[in-house]
Amino acid sequence: MSTQEQSLTEPQVRSDAPKSVVIRIRRRDKPGAEQRWEEFEIPYRPNLNIISCLMEIRKNPVTREGKPTTPPAWDMNCLEQVCGICTMVINGRVRQSCSALVDQLDQPITLEPMTKFPNVRDLIVDRSRMFEHLRRVHAWIEIDGSYDLGPGPRMDQEDVAERYAYSRCMTCGCCLEACPQYYEDQYIGPQAIAQVRLMNMHPSGKMTRDERLEAIMGDDGITACGNAQNCVKVCPMSIPLTKAIYEENRETVVHGLFGWLKW
Amino acid sequence: MATTNGIRIAIVGGGLAGLAAAMKIAEEGHAVDLFSVVPVKRSHSVCAQGGINGAVNTKGEGDSPWKHFDDTVYGGDFLANQPPVKAMCEMAPSIIYLFDRMGVPFSRTTEGLLDFRRFGGTLHHRAAFAGASTGQQLLYALDEQVRRHEVGGKVKKYEGWEMMSLVLDDHQVARGLVAMNLQTLELKAFPADAVIIATGGPGLIFGKSTNSMVCTGSAVSACYQQGARYANGEFIQVHPTSIPGEDKLRLMSESARGEGGRVWVPKEKGDTRPASSIPESERWYFLEEKYPAYGNLVPRDIATREIFQVCMDGYGIGGQNQVYLDLTHIPAETLDKKLGAILEIYEMFVGDDPRHVPMRIFPGVHYSMGGLWVDYNQRTNIPGLLAAGECDYSIHGANRLGANSLVSCVYGGFIAAPAAIEYAKNIERNGVDGSGIYDEEVGRQQEINDQLIRQSGTENQYKIHEEMGKWMTDNVTVVRYNDRLKETDDKLLELIDRYGHISINDSNLWATHALPHARQLFNMLQLARVITLGALNRNESRGAHYKPDFPNRDDENWMKTTIAEYSGEGPVLSYESVDVSLIEPRKRDYSKGKKQDAAKASASANASGLPPKEGAAQVPTEDSETKPRDLTGAAVWDQNKEEVRDVMHGQTETRREQDKSIEDAGGKSDKL
Repeated sequence: MSTQEQSLTEPQVRSDAPKSVVIRIRRRDKPGAEQRWEEFEIPYRPNLNIISCLMEIRKNPVTREGKPTTPPAWDMNCLEQVCGICTMVINGRVRQSCSALVDQLDQPITLEPMTKFPNVRDLIVDRSRMFEHLRRVHAWIEIDGSYDLGPGPRMDQEDVAERYAYSRCMTCGCCLEACPQYYEDQYIGPQAIAQVRLMNMHPSGKMTRDERLEAIMGDDGITACGNAQNCVKVCPMSIPLTKAIYEENRETVVHGLFGWLKW
Repeated sequence: MATTNGIRIAIVGGGLAGLAAAMKIAEEGHAVDLFSVVPVKRSHSVCAQGGINGAVNTKGEGDSPWKHFDDTVYGGDFLANQPPVKAMCEMAPSIIYLFDRMGVPFSRTTEGLLDFRRFGGTLHHRAAFAGASTGQQLLYALDEQVRRHEVGGKVKKYEGWEMMSLVLDDHQVARGLVAMNLQTLELKAFPADAVIIATGGPGLIFGKSTNSMVCTGSAVSACYQQGARYANGEFIQVHPTSIPGEDKLRLMSESARGEGGRVWVPKEKGDTRPASSIPESERWYFLEEKYPAYGNLVPRDIATREIFQVCMDGYGIGGQNQVYLDLTHIPAETLDKKLGAILEIYEMFVGDDPRHVPMRIFPGVHYSMGGLWVDYNQRTNIPGLLAAGECDYSIHGANRLGANSLVSCVYGGFIAAPAAIEYAKNIERNGVDGSGIYDEEVGRQQEINDQLIRQSGTENQYKIHEEMGKWMTDNVTVVRYNDRLKETDDKLLELIDRYGHISINDSNLWATHALPHARQLFNMLQLARVITLGALNRNESRGAHYKPDFPNRDDENWMKTTIAEYSGEGPVLSYESVDVSLIEPRKRDYSKGKKQDAAKASASANASGLPPKEGAAQVPTEDSETKPRDLTGAAVWDQNKEEVRDVMHGQTETRREQDKSIEDAGGKSDKL
């Protein structure tokens, strides 16, 4: 512990710290255009993350060979791994670029856009279909109105803790990128299923759970899960996605068998 | 467009305030066009960590909306107009209950009730929280409700569109806005019966801050340059505890101190021993020593200045600009449960485990108390233009208390929505659509874009941004001197001049950052001048604004709201009196608690320890002074001139009724 602390007294420069950072970016000018690789080199500083590197390149976009080029385009916002926007594939692994630290990555660092979503330009992708999923599964509590109706239902802290885990989903798309079954929306995927779980666990949400279950019961629904369990491994928020799939699978089966009894 | 039939309201910004307003308007059956630079679920509100204030009083401490009101006004150093602050504090418990009903996983007590934690500037457990990611959870709850209205056809989202300007008619009335599609760079006019600006703060003016990258203040600055008044710009909150980084300053939430975190430095200057081997007797807990009553939970402006001063005096860890924020005395399990999310952030970006090693922190620019001037109904001085959230100036005075931002965002949205509808119902709409003002404004904006694309200069826009950030951070944050403020303004003028010689360094205009950033940069430079000149002019120290040459608060000369108006060349400043009619200004002193008074109050009025009555209604009721009144006219600019105020807001009549409700809530004897 103390050595770890000692090292922080001064900005940590590893003894084997490189002089520069080499970054290869898979680029595309616009939808439909050919992809190409470009390589950049920037001076090394301690505590660089991928966003700082991209900002440095953007200031003066010249490739490693000295050829002027256009600045790479990427999405970024909170830089604290809570908005989900800056997700990309870094050294072959899907993750947020704000929390990807150069000191923890092998060089040359490769940056690629996510592959399961339409590529807008360079590292930017269009994830609007994930929000479409949320519309489809009715991922909201049907409140009577936003006027004052007093406190909500009492809840057990344990249930709240499980719901809290699901409600940290920032719609980043890592789970879908890593899922072998998710392709061209052939399968709705763990992101939306976890939100069904989140809503169905809530005492008020439970009252309208049938419509959410039905939304994930089609051919592209929960049964399309192949149990690869990649989703839970790549989720940056450590959401128990496989648990959500398991629980909702059970719920849909029960609903499928006995749901008609309600009528 | 639909403006000839139903009411259509444009909301710019999809954070808490914008979504709160969108939900209310859609619920009333009216149409909303919602503009956001990023998908609304990725707005900066997700970064709020610690909690949302509301005097629900589940801890038997005798808390009440009046005490929340008093803490807020006192913490804000008596610069806020008091009536809207009071209205917010009365609405706060019901806002928390609403979010609870919408499914926010608020942390619970063993009885299954909402749990509350302490924050700075109060002695009560008043902040409801969802782990340490409260803002994320609240934003998602509103995002979900607005999505429901989107499916219902009432809300149309324009995500990936950035507002460039307002469309004003010949009478300076807002009739809609022009926005730019950030992929295609297409400019388009969107007619609207009213426009609500809810775009958050301008942290990026300071280069690195705790703010997200969308927090440029650009749309607000555009409104200011089109005639909207900007108030109290010089009041910038510097958060005491942030984690310095290459790309930004990451926030370390005040909830770390709310849960018992202690700030200290080694007593010995330049002590290089690791924290764990420095014995208790050789640690200087300077906040606890100087402020025995509030300790580590003094308001942010005070904590920031103390930390800053300790480092300037050479007591920072190893002589650096860092102090310890220590949680290691708290069991790791408790920390995980209550602060997990923020500790992960520290671990992820610094590499140390704060459960076992004290965190190293330093103040960072965090929040703007100043913003667009609004009246008590969130209306700006431009008819048809309203503002809510961090981008309006109304609630926090000279310093914001922790966990008050989330509640002020929602409050602002909930007041702006009915006010916008009321306005829209009464305006003359005929003939505006075809009058050509929309085409004219699109043309004006297109010309600015074309010029930027055409010009080829040697200046680099990102370097200008960096220079602005550095100058602003060095000279217009914690400690301010008039000579340096003057130099900073000269520098800003130089940067504005150099801005004329930038070139867009991207030949591929599809989904480029370069042009939008250039547009934002110009607007940031204009707003930076408002902040700097406001600070230069204000010769006193109040809340976050501190001048060693004028170390005291000067109520006689400066208990005034700064108003900046754009003259075409820069800001023209004027001043407006502050409505302090409810709580008489008194000196802030956090070395002594208000506890004695509070104890008396709770003994007499709340001896049973039962929770007080339900929170105030969310929609202002008949007898509330926050109820929108006479919304057809233009907002009254000098609402605080005694004679105008009473006419406009009917306060003489309503205040008596308000007092009664305070009394009922058990707070009267706490009045000072």
